[in-house]
Amino acid sequence: MKTHSGVLVIAEQCFGDIHRVSYELLGKGREISQKLGSPLYSLILGGEGLNVEELNYCGADKVFYMKNKCFEKPEEFLFKENIVRFIEEQKPEVVLIGATSFGRSCAPRIAASLKTGLTADCTDLYVDEEGNLIQIRPAFSNNILAHIKTITIPQIATIRYKEFNEGKRDTNRGINITVLDAYVSLNDKSEIIEIFKDSDFDITEAKVVVSVGRGIKKKEDLEMFKELVELLGGHLGASRAIVDAGFIGSAHQVGYSGSRVKPKVYIACGISGAPQHIAGMKEAELIIAINSDSSAPIFNYADIGYVGDLYEIIPKMIQALKNNK
Amino acid sequence: MKVVVLVKEVPDMGKVRFDTEKGVVDRSSADAQINPFDLNALQAAVDLKNLYNGEVTVITMGPLRAERTLRDAYARGADNCVLLSDKHFSGADTFATSRTIAAYISKLYDYDVIICGEKSIDGDTAQVGGEVADILNIPHAYYVEKINSISDKEIVVTINSLCGSKQLRKMKLPALISVTKNINRNELPTVKRKLKSLKIQVEKFGLSNLIDYISEEDTGFKGSPTKVIKVVVPKEKIKECKVYKDDFRGFFSDVLGALKDKKVL
Repeated sequence: MKTHSGVLVIAEQCFGDIHRVSYELLGKGREISQKLGSPLYSLILGGEGLNVEELNYCGADKVFYMKNKCFEKPEEFLFKENIVRFIEEQKPEVVLIGATSFGRSCAPRIAASLKTGLTADCTDLYVDEEGNLIQIRPAFSNNILAHIKTITIPQIATIRYKEFNEGKRDTNRGINITVLDAYVSLNDKSEIIEIFKDSDFDITEAKVVVSVGRGIKKKEDLEMFKELVELLGGHLGASRAIVDAGFIGSAHQVGYSGSRVKPKVYIACGISGAPQHIAGMKEAELIIAINSDSSAPIFNYADIGYVGDLYEIIPKMIQALKNNK
Repeated sequence: MKVVVLVKEVPDMGKVRFDTEKGVVDRSSADAQINPFDLNALQAAVDLKNLYNGEVTVITMGPLRAERTLRDAYARGADNCVLLSDKHFSGADTFATSRTIAAYISKLYDYDVIICGEKSIDGDTAQVGGEVADILNIPHAYYVEKINSISDKEIVVTINSLCGSKQLRKMKLPALISVTKNINRNELPTVKRKLKSLKIQVEKFGLSNLIDYISEEDTGFKGSPTKVIKVVVPKEKIKECKVYKDDFRGFFSDVLGALKDKKVL
């Protein structure tokens, strides 16, 4: 008899909305739980009024809704304290957490408290013949893929957003929700003074990203790219150089030290294609590159390229798109 | 103000070679260097020291040759350089590493802030900071882009992004923060400090020095709950890029087709 059983998905909510990575974890979690022959649970921590039945619809056999006002703001210590207590009682064998900014900040505390292993930012998972969860993750700046096994229980992994399909939504699936209160709701060592947005967009959610790099000469030149972005219904991205130059805020930064994006279309304008930038955008479905240097590495990652002057091409593209409307 | 900085020695990513056949990283193909993200952590510590008359202790765990990385840290403004090195420590995953580092920090006892870089460019896990904070039972904040204020008792920081928002957070000291690359610009070491760095004493600690704080079975490969069972080096996919020049019409019709195909237009 196993001491631990079940796959637990820690669903994430951001200010009352369930993060979509939660549904992807349920999709993959379902597969893992079937392989292991054990149930799929989901735990969500939040304030009043979350649509937690969605977690049932998307695959969870049982949903635990830990409801307390203290979870309305993201603060790692309180989430960790409560998740750890829950895991100690529930004893799952596998715990999956979204590798979002909050997930990646919270998970190390959870694993350390439980004295168990943690694998970060996985892009794939499978169960081996002995029933171990094998976790696959890129390392060495995305140059290798490591297959990792955890020899302690529970086996915990954070999973990259947009790697797996969401669990198939089925409203006929039975609702099974247990509401719990927080074990701990106060942390006197840490206090959130203020939460604010410096941008009203999330570049990782964009369907189209138009990014600019060193090929632009001055801040004012961003205007034409904004116009292009508007025509395509996308978001404006930037390489680190442009952010460092103070042309644009860091919320726009794409790359290894910025955001990793996976849009349908990525248009790289005046970006040479340094490995740090490539790491943040190479998984876009379609990449279009415009650069004056025909030997720029960006063309090795692009599907369609144009060698030419941005200041000539971009206005032409804007005009052509307008004519097409 | 006593500031501790955690640094890691990593291979130069521009030079390191990967063997696609054997699935191994050839670490001897590239020089070791200080993890680029840790330079920002070190700079943040040195900035605090200059503002508040503090002391910066840099800790790394690794083989004896990692002394060089610590000398580099000294040249960049650190005061004390600590190398955790022991044959028992090798093969450690993030948890065993965190336990060893936390053991040393517990022994150190007197510290106010621990600063780490956002992640390492080789392991790329960003786990050691959070694990160390949890083992030491102190608060932490990741993605710190600004230290707003600090006193004897508390620190106020701006967190770049948590759940899509920025956050102004106050934590009681001691606390751990991991900083983003945007927090500062690294200053280059002066020649004077570089020369001095060659002569300083690097403090070395092995298992026997930490035995009151950690036991052998919690260190190194033995103490690591995660095991790498296989490494695959995928071949870099070079796409067939259709490149246009002096043919805007051709280029644009291709782009338009692709945009429609992706249902963007």
